Amino acid sequence: MGNEDALFFSRVLTELTLSFHIIYATIGVGIPLMIMIAQWVGIKKNDDHYILLARRWTRGFVITVAVGVVTGTAIGLQLSLLWPNFMELAGNVIALPLFMETFAFFFEAIFLGIYLYTWDRFKDQRKHLLLLIPVAIGASFSAVFITMVNAFMNAPQGFDIVNGSLVNVNPLVAMFNPAMPTKVAHVVVTCYMTAAFVLASIAAFRLLKGSDHIYHKKALFLTMKLGLIFSIATAVIGDFSGKYLAEYQPEKLAAAEWHFETEEKAPLILYGVLDNGEVKYAIKLPFALSFLAHSDPTAEVLGLDQFLEDEIPPLYIHYLFDIMVTIGMWMVLLSFVFWIGTKRRWVFVQSNWFRWLIVLGGPLSLIAIEAGWWLAEVGRQPWILRGIMRTADAATSSNQVDLMLMLFSGLYLILGMGTIVVLSRMFRKNPVERELEDREAEQGGGQAWT
Amino acid sequence: MDLEIIGISVLWTFLFGYVIVASIDFGAGFFNAYSVFTGKQHILTNIIQRYLSPVWEVTNVFLVFFFVGIIGFFPKTAFYYGTTLLVPVSIAIILLAIRGSYYAFETYGSRGHKGYAFMYGLSGLFIPASLSIVLTISEGGFISLNNGHPVLNYWLLFKSPLTWSIVVLSIAAVLYISAVFLTWYANQAGDIAATNIMRKYALIWALPTIITAGGIIFELRLHNHEHFERLIDLWVVFGLSFLLFIGTVMLIWRRKNYGLAFVLLVGQFALAFFGYGFSHYPYLLYPYLTIYDGFTNHAMAISLIVAFIAGLGLLIPSLYLLLRLFLFNKDYVKGKSDHHP
Repeated sequence: MGNEDALFFSRVLTELTLSFHIIYATIGVGIPLMIMIAQWVGIKKNDDHYILLARRWTRGFVITVAVGVVTGTAIGLQLSLLWPNFMELAGNVIALPLFMETFAFFFEAIFLGIYLYTWDRFKDQRKHLLLLIPVAIGASFSAVFITMVNAFMNAPQGFDIVNGSLVNVNPLVAMFNPAMPTKVAHVVVTCYMTAAFVLASIAAFRLLKGSDHIYHKKALFLTMKLGLIFSIATAVIGDFSGKYLAEYQPEKLAAAEWHFETEEKAPLILYGVLDNGEVKYAIKLPFALSFLAHSDPTAEVLGLDQFLEDEIPPLYIHYLFDIMVTIGMWMVLLSFVFWIGTKRRWVFVQSNWFRWLIVLGGPLSLIAIEAGWWLAEVGRQPWILRGIMRTADAATSSNQVDLMLMLFSGLYLILGMGTIVVLSRMFRKNPVERELEDREAEQGGGQAWT
Repeated sequence: MDLEIIGISVLWTFLFGYVIVASIDFGAGFFNAYSVFTGKQHILTNIIQRYLSPVWEVTNVFLVFFFVGIIGFFPKTAFYYGTTLLVPVSIAIILLAIRGSYYAFETYGSRGHKGYAFMYGLSGLFIPASLSIVLTISEGGFISLNNGHPVLNYWLLFKSPLTWSIVVLSIAAVLYISAVFLTWYANQAGDIAATNIMRKYALIWALPTIITAGGIIFELRLHNHEHFERLIDLWVVFGLSFLLFIGTVMLIWRRKNYGLAFVLLVGQFALAFFGYGFSHYPYLLYPYLTIYDGFTNHAMAISLIVAFIAGLGLLIPSLYLLLRLFLFNKDYVKGKSDHHP
């Protein structure tokens, strides 16, 4: 196996690990906030249903955290194992946020452990809320720090290159690079959005499967409302990301939009297929790309013709862009209709077909997350450090990457199936009706449950 | 003091923290699985679960901290170790992944599942073995440079007695450390049956631990003479470590003061671990990489140390809270207060 093969298999293995990890990571960043909000609403409304909601979410969350932790460890080590030349170079500049991420994660781990094993230890629910705050903060900040690392790869700065070596390093400048604000904001807010819609799809599923408990209805309304807020925020920040790309990474925007020739009043291309360099069956929105890129419908947008052949990313990223944006818009619409419909007592939002759409929303949001990351990552090829180091020069020289790829594929298969089996068994065996009865019996006929 | 020395000391301290907490964790998993298969589960499982459940995630962070830190302070390690360790470290990751997730599946999903308990226990013994390979490699002689790319010679590694001594030591030490800790913990809980079993395991594993530890010094004499001589210069440290070992065994033998026995054990391993680390100075990978030529730039070193101090300011109170609530809380240890996940 030559270095070509090592490069190919390293890319596949990294993609596989990250694609698997981000499912758990997204849930891991988003759900603590939802748990905290549910606990808070429960205290504010003095409604124990929400407290129970927080606990049941946490119980499932622990399983996803475990897989998130172990796959996170895997990608953390794989960065050095598969891309040693990259880490040797970039480690000099970007180690700080990487290091801070472990602190955030440490913080979360400690308080999650405490929260889990002190249920009902304190009479005052506000103390339990206090324990949840560091969990949510730790989770979100690990996303912030690790996304800073990724943003650096897209917009490296904070050092000078003199005779091939890095000098005058400034770690803070490297962390606060131009890609950072939009990337971090987009990642964090899409995590919240996805977590909300995943939880909504569980609630909708229980309602569809016969349970007509008020608990699920409260869960559904809360999560869809949160989902609406976060999906709107996602769309707004997504727009900022487009403007960032136009300014700093125009080749990624041009490839994602199939914008071949530099022009003013550029149209936005939605959908369509590429056939021998020709775009077919696409919807063209006049002026939209200029507006997206520069907030001005007549502005000039750089096209792919401005870049060297071997410095433009693969053109298939356009499909990923379509998937991500379509799902995002669809979820805004769906949650908005649900919210308005519930307020105005429209009957159809309680119908089975509408609930099935909500059930579908969770997996769709996860697909959008995957598509978005593939777009972001493939969109900076051929670079691993844009403008500085090519991916091909970063890979390991080891000959065993293909074997490792097989081993890890097996691992992720086992972990994925394990998660599904354990989670579904956990909640099927202990439906909310039974847990409510148990708790009532424990507390000697609590009146709070009516 | 040099920033290089501060950097490596911080990392070595975290690695030591990982060695202790992970040993307790790995050993506990093995004893748990063993008790399931010998029908003694009712005696041990409660004690083990009660200790492990709130801390398992924290244990893992110690390891992440170490490897993120070493790339941060010494980016060149990524080049040498990253390239050569692909296979052994990947295997360790896979085992860690199976272990961590199966622990969660068993504890929060289906309690008492034999298959999960078995996977969890067995993987815990292979992880220290696969990770300790790194220590062997750092002694030099197994990596050569081929066209500027480091290449690991697996066959040489496999047939080296040094490799096997370190592997056996890591496994014996894991079981020994874990058994001493759990003896104390079970005694705290007032669980006499569990205390007696763990005490027996502690005494059984004490001997192989000390024999292999001595054996490694002997192996090094043949393998890396320079390192061996530096070790001998530090004989006072290792002598003290040995005295502490005797102290631990005596206390456990006489069923006295298990808490102190555990403290002496930590002291024993701390002296040996730091003595070993100190004698390895200045090499990260003999003879290619020293802590001086692999060090990061000044600005990054300073900011890492600042981040580290700020992080500790946050961590130490939190860790203290965790220990107060679970390890040093009599009601929790005895299983009186509520601890249902």
